[in-house]
Amino acid sequence: MSGPVTPASLVSVDNPAYRRRKRRNRIMMSLSAVALAFGLFWLVWILAVLLREGAAALRPSLFVQMTPPPGSDGGLANAIFGSVLMAGAGTLIGTPVGILAGTYLAEYGRRGWLAPATRFINDVLLSAPSIVIGLFVYTVYVAQVKHFSGWAGAFALAIIVIPVVVRTTDDMLKLVPNSLREAAAALGAPTWKIVTLVSYRAARAGIVTGVLLAVARIMGETAPLLFTALNNQFWSSDMNRPLANLPMVIFQFAMSPYDDWHRLAWGGAALITLIVLAISVAARALFRK
Amino acid sequence: MNAILQEISTPRTVTKLEVRNLDFHYGSFHALKRINLEIPASRVTAFIGPSGCGKSTLLRTFNRMFELYPEQHATGEILMGGENILTTKRDVSLIRARIGMVFQKATPFPMSIYDNIAFGVRLFEDLSRARMEERVEWALTRAALWTEVKDKLQQSGYGLSGGQQQRLCIARAIAVKPEVLLMDEPCSALDPISTAKVEELIAELKREYTVVIVTHNMQQAARVSDFTAYMYLGELVEFGDTDQVFIKPAKQATEDYITGRFG
Repeated sequence: MSGPVTPASLVSVDNPAYRRRKRRNRIMMSLSAVALAFGLFWLVWILAVLLREGAAALRPSLFVQMTPPPGSDGGLANAIFGSVLMAGAGTLIGTPVGILAGTYLAEYGRRGWLAPATRFINDVLLSAPSIVIGLFVYTVYVAQVKHFSGWAGAFALAIIVIPVVVRTTDDMLKLVPNSLREAAAALGAPTWKIVTLVSYRAARAGIVTGVLLAVARIMGETAPLLFTALNNQFWSSDMNRPLANLPMVIFQFAMSPYDDWHRLAWGGAALITLIVLAISVAARALFRK
Repeated sequence: MNAILQEISTPRTVTKLEVRNLDFHYGSFHALKRINLEIPASRVTAFIGPSGCGKSTLLRTFNRMFELYPEQHATGEILMGGENILTTKRDVSLIRARIGMVFQKATPFPMSIYDNIAFGVRLFEDLSRARMEERVEWALTRAALWTEVKDKLQQSGYGLSGGQQQRLCIARAIAVKPEVLLMDEPCSALDPISTAKVEELIAELKREYTVVIVTHNMQQAARVSDFTAYMYLGELVEFGDTDQVFIKPAKQATEDYITGRFG
């Protein structure tokens, strides 16, 4: 029985190394708590103002009446419909492209330079300012056909959806352990069946979450619609013509000098926030399963 | 008379897989060096050796699993029924369907217990519902899991214990009725009771299948295998009848490893 044994006297609350560690831990904990409080303070303030101002406008008429001229009663029905239409179309266009591209990156792009290059460009696109995307669609589409349209808006939103979905699909598929792919391959499954029947299933919750987060993101995007869908005072479901949408209406009404327009803008802002909140909660609930 | 009985009960072995001059590289690392080996049909062959000796690598060449990774290469011949499975023009899926594999870690698919078994069967067979149910029961029974799961076939495979999951994977592998079953340390994560069940199963399986098992557990190799290959640093040091390898090894290196005097 020999060897370096720590004397019991050293292992006590008076041990300087132990005290130093404790002190450092307290300092770090305090700093984290302060940072948390600082962040939450603004967030809660924003939400409180939004709900206080928006609550007055969140009436049934908001969902059935059209955007009014100044001084008369109205709602946001056309803007809500236009937003849902474009966000829906943008998601339907962007999601398959995003999932397929993400699948390529994670499942097929193991050899060669194409996947790493694509991943890098996708990350650039992911952080590109959305106004750039609006201008891009304006240049290649709106300026060519010489009119704003719902489709142009939907395309711009789809371009925002794609990198988000590519990234989450790629990440989620990479979390699927290789042992699962090997197990499926060992049974004689071809690659496409391994991907669709095993990898997708294992990563399903994460991929759907990515799509939901992309939807939440485009619901509130204003800049890409400014140059594409523009706005429309009236009810329209024609995707080939300018289309009303919540972010543009909020922008226009909030900048106006009229009190009733201000109220509607608050209502629209509160509505978008609640939609995004609902989508985020749904995504979290799904991911937890 | 006795001689005839002897002949019937222990028929001469037929070679199932013949490995000729096999070399394997992980990138520039030479992992298997000139391996020559004959795996007998309807017998259990064990690969033993210290970690990193290449026994799992060798196992993974038999179903070309290494091909999933671009930096891994095998050269040489692995003959099954006269066909070199390394260079055959036939789809690798067809080879893997004939040579099943069970891995070290249980890998149930994210689906129900029933679908875990049916997954592989559906790849090559179009069975009616009733026939598929029969097949699932058959495979689970063979893997000594049926009584434990028969009332919860539609539940997720993840809900099973570690030992049950591994037996589920064995059931999944035999459900497609392969000719050869490769087992890569199938018991390393199992408790003694589950290990005993899997070992009993292996003894059962060799009547119909050729089993190749990689193990770190010397007693397990001695218990379950008919033939044993001792590998070291990518080379096949000794291969022979398990009793002979364990009781009277031909090489000093083998004896040192088996008796624990290694290194």
